[in-house]
Amino acid sequence: MTTPLLQVRGLKIGATVYPPGEKPHDIEIVHGVDFDVEAGKVLGLIGESGAGKSTIGLASMAYGRGGVELTGGEVMVNGRDVLQSNLRDIRKLRGAEVTYVSQSAAASFNPAKRIMEQVIEAAVLQGKFSKSDAEDRARALFDKLGLPDPDHIGNRYPHQVSGGQLQRCMTALALCPEPDLVVFDEPTTALDVTTQIDVLKAIKDAIRDTGVAALYITHDLAVVAQVADHIMVLRQGEMVEYGTTDQIINAPQEEYTQALVSVRSITHEEKQPTEPVLRVENITARYAGTKFDVLHNVSVDLSPGQTLAVVGESGSGKSTLARVITGLLPPRDGAITFAGRTLSPDQPSRSLEDLRELQMIYQMADTAMNPRQTVGTIIGRPLEFYFGLKGKEKQQRIQELLDEIELGEGFQDRYPAELSGGQKQRVCIARALAAKPKLIICDEVTSALDPLVADGILKLLLNLQRVEDVAYLFITHDLATVRAIADSIAVMYQGRVQRYGTKSEVLTPPFDDYTDLLLSSVPEMKLGWLEEVIAHRKMESAGN
Amino acid sequence: MLKNIPLSAAIGLIITGTYFLAAIFAGVIAPYGMAETVGDVWEPSSAAHWLGTDQIGRDLLTRMIYGGQTTIFIATAATILSFTTGAVLGFIAAVSGGWVDQLMSRLVDLFMSIPSLILALVILSSIEATVVTLIVIMGLLDSTRVYRLARAVAVDITVMDYVEAARLRGEKLKWIIFREILPNALSPLVAEMGLRFIFMVLFISTLSFLGIGVQPPLADWGGIVKENKEGINFGIGAALYPAVAIATLSISVNLIADWILTRTTSLKGGRG
Amino acid sequence: MHPVIILVAQRLGLGLILLFAASALIFGLTEVLPGDAAQAILGQAATAENLANLRAEMGLDQPAISRYFQWLGGIVTGDLGNALTNKLPIADQVSRRMSATLFLAFWAAIISVPLAILLGLIAVRYQNRWPDKLISGVTLASISLPEFMIAYILVFFFAVKLFWAPSFASVSPGMPLLEQLHAISLPVAVLTLVVLAHMMRMTRAAILNVMQSAYIETAELKGLTTFTVIRKHAFPNAIAPIVNVVMINLAYLVVGVVVVEVVFAYPGMGQYLVDAVVKRDVPVVLACGVIFAAVYIILNIVADVVSILANPRLRHPK
Repeated sequence: MTTPLLQVRGLKIGATVYPPGEKPHDIEIVHGVDFDVEAGKVLGLIGESGAGKSTIGLASMAYGRGGVELTGGEVMVNGRDVLQSNLRDIRKLRGAEVTYVSQSAAASFNPAKRIMEQVIEAAVLQGKFSKSDAEDRARALFDKLGLPDPDHIGNRYPHQVSGGQLQRCMTALALCPEPDLVVFDEPTTALDVTTQIDVLKAIKDAIRDTGVAALYITHDLAVVAQVADHIMVLRQGEMVEYGTTDQIINAPQEEYTQALVSVRSITHEEKQPTEPVLRVENITARYAGTKFDVLHNVSVDLSPGQTLAVVGESGSGKSTLARVITGLLPPRDGAITFAGRTLSPDQPSRSLEDLRELQMIYQMADTAMNPRQTVGTIIGRPLEFYFGLKGKEKQQRIQELLDEIELGEGFQDRYPAELSGGQKQRVCIARALAAKPKLIICDEVTSALDPLVADGILKLLLNLQRVEDVAYLFITHDLATVRAIADSIAVMYQGRVQRYGTKSEVLTPPFDDYTDLLLSSVPEMKLGWLEEVIAHRKMESAGN
Repeated sequence: MLKNIPLSAAIGLIITGTYFLAAIFAGVIAPYGMAETVGDVWEPSSAAHWLGTDQIGRDLLTRMIYGGQTTIFIATAATILSFTTGAVLGFIAAVSGGWVDQLMSRLVDLFMSIPSLILALVILSSIEATVVTLIVIMGLLDSTRVYRLARAVAVDITVMDYVEAARLRGEKLKWIIFREILPNALSPLVAEMGLRFIFMVLFISTLSFLGIGVQPPLADWGGIVKENKEGINFGIGAALYPAVAIATLSISVNLIADWILTRTTSLKGGRG
Repeated sequence: MHPVIILVAQRLGLGLILLFAASALIFGLTEVLPGDAAQAILGQAATAENLANLRAEMGLDQPAISRYFQWLGGIVTGDLGNALTNKLPIADQVSRRMSATLFLAFWAAIISVPLAILLGLIAVRYQNRWPDKLISGVTLASISLPEFMIAYILVFFFAVKLFWAPSFASVSPGMPLLEQLHAISLPVAVLTLVVLAHMMRMTRAAILNVMQSAYIETAELKGLTTFTVIRKHAFPNAIAPIVNVVMINLAYLVVGVVVVEVVFAYPGMGQYLVDAVVKRDVPVVLACGVIFAAVYIILNIVADVVSILANPRLRHPK
């Protein structure tokens, strides 16, 4: 039996925390984890934020980020325990035997140096290649990773290439010294979904062609299913389940894993459009002091009690549309009709009735609540402001709302800092509901949340829609969410509505090019999806 | 809230408190009269004169206590003036934005492009230095710094989603400033207040030392140095007592400001 | 045109406007406030008649705007007018005293800049350990004292008790350099201590900021030695903020010099300014004030220009 390339036994990792008003103390964040990575194989580490997956990945390079300390266990790389090695030996290992690809290539490249210099640095300084050999190798890797103009892209500075390209350069940086193991730490998370698929494919091919082993860390099970041979599911610093990718995806044993696999399984019966509560007509808008329009001729309708999902990637103008509807950005042209009334273009001149009936929920619940107000004040203020409720009556209504968002007793006196991410978002929902609105604009309300928590929020929103008969304008980049909750969909691209209609209309072929690209780029929770999509695209482009 | 004060902040609070009490009750605790000649020139310290006497035979401890009263009073009054002016204008600029903000901010840029000491010297060359004019000059010159901080803090807060949410709800300016912005801006501003106070103590002492601040016969710490500086060349340390006083006062105020600041940041950290 | 050139030109243009506005502000401050030069000369004994005569003689009866432009024109052509007290041209005094002040500031800068950067590096290297804490402690103490206090403490110990250095900085033109340096050793030490504290603190913060960047982690994960990480990755990015810190603190020297010159009876610009303020010699105050403000503003402009030039995003646009 061969020894695995990376063998981790009983790994414990600690960190010092500085809680407010208390003395700093040490806590354990990883509680004894065991796993192996065989030469040439890919192990996926999956978990929600706080699961300790990045920390474990960096431990294979004997590196603790910030105040993190590797407190116990064994990390054997090529038969040597790196936790027992001195710094000299660890340095020989880093950048030579094990290399690292971070989530944000933009921050991980030195802004003052050319890309090539940084890509070959480890390979040359570790004595693996001469400078000219390393440069040849880098150019070959740029080519393999599908970067444009591979012979010269290395002469550029990091800020001179796009985010997706830089992420590939980072992969080249990691592969250049011919390492035995690469740690990929959420390498595609910061990218748009249509960019992600190309980078993912490039990484997968590079792994296969170079025969390197990899630790692939991500929170997205569908992504890791495309590249990993084995998957380890982590939660709160402990292993939940370990198995082949096939087994984890198709036959998960543990309840937690099952939930992760089935997370996007909410179903929702599509409703047919009726007389709209919100009508957006030919909106064109630009930001003050700029010279180009960010919205061109946007028209959409939203029926009462239904959900219109506005989908697009960053820069598509979907959030700008929300600002126009709320009156924060008066449009240059076009009109908005709401509940039969024409809305004034700028917010300060709208009637109290208009303001009350149109509420908003934000992506970051953290910054959407005043940290110095209690939950009771936050939810109570709209009751007082719009309906003049006071005293006992107000208390009673606050409690009703808390019950509606499934928080129950004892939350009125808490401050936002004392709530979890999901609870905070629920309070924001309650604040919007308190106004008894006809329409709530939901701006990426689940994007900052872990999948299981996001799932709970979506279910709650659907329930509330049934009970309160409120319409949602749901802004998101996540197509799985759209499928789960929308009645109609508007696909936005570069400030225009690219495709618009009921959910079944929009999601049924034939597609326009962009919608096709967008829909097919969303990772699916099945093996071989990546290859299918790429093959499909090749076929199409051959057909054209 | 007061149960877990770190040792350094406790020391800071005690020393600062002592200085302020001594300033308030100067007339009660000073052993002699402020301008009273009670001994020889530069007597060494003795049971009758704990710190000795000054260049014309006044009790130095008495001078120090009254000097502290003047220095602390001027510094406190100037800090309050600087704070109210700077914070109010800074908040108004941040919340109104547009040309109001532009005009005020560019004017403040102009004032801050010249060192305050130089500006103070220019102004004091054409008006007489009295306690009131000194407070006004120092307070207004320094309010530019408070303005910048208050504006920056308020701008940071106004871009928060919770302020936008309040605007969308239809809240008036009063609610937004006093209920949404002020409670969140208070801690950094209070911490800054400590630093501005120290700066005022140093500023007024410097002006008095240069002979254009507090005028005799009133005593203040900078003035005591000026009066007794000749003694240094004879090895008499009378002029160094104010140094000890200023240093201990400003270090202890610093310790309190540090404590307030770390409390604020850890509160922010706990939000996530 | 290259965007860096445009940005630098913009900054310089803005600086010019600021210089102009600052001169107007200084002139304006002596105008708006009650009392004028004529009154200052004649004092309490002035009758309305001879006050009016003197005003006419000095041109004070003309409107403020035209006097401002006359004065500004004078400054640009090197004519700073005459002092009220001794009627001598201010420009002569200024040129002599300016070189004395620059001599003092030069040596203070030569010592404090490398020392501050070195101490800043040490503080970062031993972050939160005793060398860092010691340096921070000393810094806090020296920030907590006005310049003249530090000066007298040094005089008390080094001049009076130990006789290492003179307590008055009397420098005459014919003196050999070494003797001159000995004469100004205490004022230089004071200025060094004063700017060192700020400069060290800001350098430490600037380096720490760079050291906490993700690209430093990347470099460490390449297996580079600490020295290589600092030399190849931290230094190129830290140089601009450090130069910025140095410039801002040199500007701060401008203020320190005023007080230190008075303490050590050093015949420089600072002492000239303070003397003039005490004697209410407004033309001298105006001239000195504008010169100090100009030096301060120019150093700040240099700091900004350096940051623009050092920014790789601006130097190598997309």
